[in-house]
Amino acid sequence: MTDDAANLKKTPLNGVEHELGGKMVDFGGWELPVQFSGIIEEHAAVREHVGLFDVSHMGELTVKGADALTLLQRATCNDVSKLENGRAQYNGLLYPTAGFVDDILIYQNSTNDFFIVVNASNTDKDYEWIADAAKGMDVEVRNVSADYAQLALQGREAERLLQPMTDVALAAMKYYHFGIGKVDGVPAIVSRTGYTGEDGFEIYVAPSEGPRIMRKLIDAGAKPCGLGARDTLRLEAKMALYGNDIDETTTPLEADLGWIVKVDKGDFFGRDVLQREKSEGPRRKLVGFEMIDRGIGRHGYPVVDGSEEIGVVTSGTHSPTLKKAIGLAYLPLDKSASGTEFMVLIRGKETRARVVPTPFYKRAK
Amino acid sequence: MTPEDNRYAKSHEYVHPEAEGDLVVIGITDYAQKELGDVVFVELPQVGAELEQGDEFGNIESVKAVSELFSPVSGEVVEINEALTVKPELINTDPYGDGWMMKMRLSTPEEVDEMMTAEEYEEYVEKESAH
Repeated sequence: MTDDAANLKKTPLNGVEHELGGKMVDFGGWELPVQFSGIIEEHAAVREHVGLFDVSHMGELTVKGADALTLLQRATCNDVSKLENGRAQYNGLLYPTAGFVDDILIYQNSTNDFFIVVNASNTDKDYEWIADAAKGMDVEVRNVSADYAQLALQGREAERLLQPMTDVALAAMKYYHFGIGKVDGVPAIVSRTGYTGEDGFEIYVAPSEGPRIMRKLIDAGAKPCGLGARDTLRLEAKMALYGNDIDETTTPLEADLGWIVKVDKGDFFGRDVLQREKSEGPRRKLVGFEMIDRGIGRHGYPVVDGSEEIGVVTSGTHSPTLKKAIGLAYLPLDKSASGTEFMVLIRGKETRARVVPTPFYKRAK
Repeated sequence: MTPEDNRYAKSHEYVHPEAEGDLVVIGITDYAQKELGDVVFVELPQVGAELEQGDEFGNIESVKAVSELFSPVSGEVVEINEALTVKPELINTDPYGDGWMMKMRLSTPEEVDEMMTAEEYEEYVEKESAH
């Protein structure tokens, strides 16, 4: 495995993570920390104070040119024309089948200049898909992932910690807005976004500047957090994970992401399928559940009704905030109502679970 | 520190001999609990269960994953640690003490002698984590 470790991609913050005693794992070809002090402790730090994540493995693309907006409107299901300069939008990059190429964040600098953040393992696929859709258009698509280290500072104390280090006015920045300025004296993009269900910021800087800024934020009181806490936090907030909850076989309506489906915005990949699903209802739906019996329904565990497999668990964990086993599962539409009980097959044993309203956790405003 | 008076299995369980000859306490090692991370519950066998060496005797769920537990020795389960039902985190905080899992009456005491000593286990873990 020594060879494998050498072959893993490393983020610009890898050295700092080793120094901090991060427990490093292979995450889709990247060497990243799964935890530092422990998942429950890191999770609590983000919910109650502030935590810091290295998310430099995420990919970044730029789409620039006169047809940039036209291209993105065609390639995605949310309405990009609703964006304004300095705002970000959660969106789905779709195939004509309405399955997800990826779920992405689009930042608008101007209507002919967009910055797109994509899932690490999908970066090349997304770039090729968008570049292919751009053929014949006046637009340039670039993969600029290597130009950025990305840090996510998450938790109610994030603003207090970050403001002394940046000239971007944070108090005035609303959720899903961003600013361009300096962090610790170097050029940065700062957005009020995240994947934890808490207030917080994502910071994009040059790779060489990342380690220093990471150390400063930790010295200022941010707790270093790993992928383990990132997963429990995002699941409590019911934020989808590509490869688990959504993929090329799932549509945004099945994934309960109807709020990003704008069929009236004009033509886009997958629109026909989504229009049909809107009128007829999707055949299955992603729901939140909690376990009634002891056990944790985890990714890939079947949902059964007698001898028939009727669904599948896509994510599951012990919720550190709620102190119970929670998860997400695809269920047939007629069995997806809140309160419905169903059986998860956990290591061959039928284990009772119940559909519950989501998100599991919502921060107090 | 790896307690000297225990014996260790490759699957990271320890066997601690009790004063009474054929009784042992079984749990998982400090290395194993660190690998698992925060333990949220443990499924243990019924008192009276007869286990063969290598049998799966339960499961341990941490926040991030589930792992099977394998009996390092053969014998009868005579007691399980009920405290783990309400405080599974004892496995993280005190794996060799209050985080013990079960007591067994050995049917084949020689199996214990064939297990690793503390020193051998430390070498084994060092090799494994170097991977």
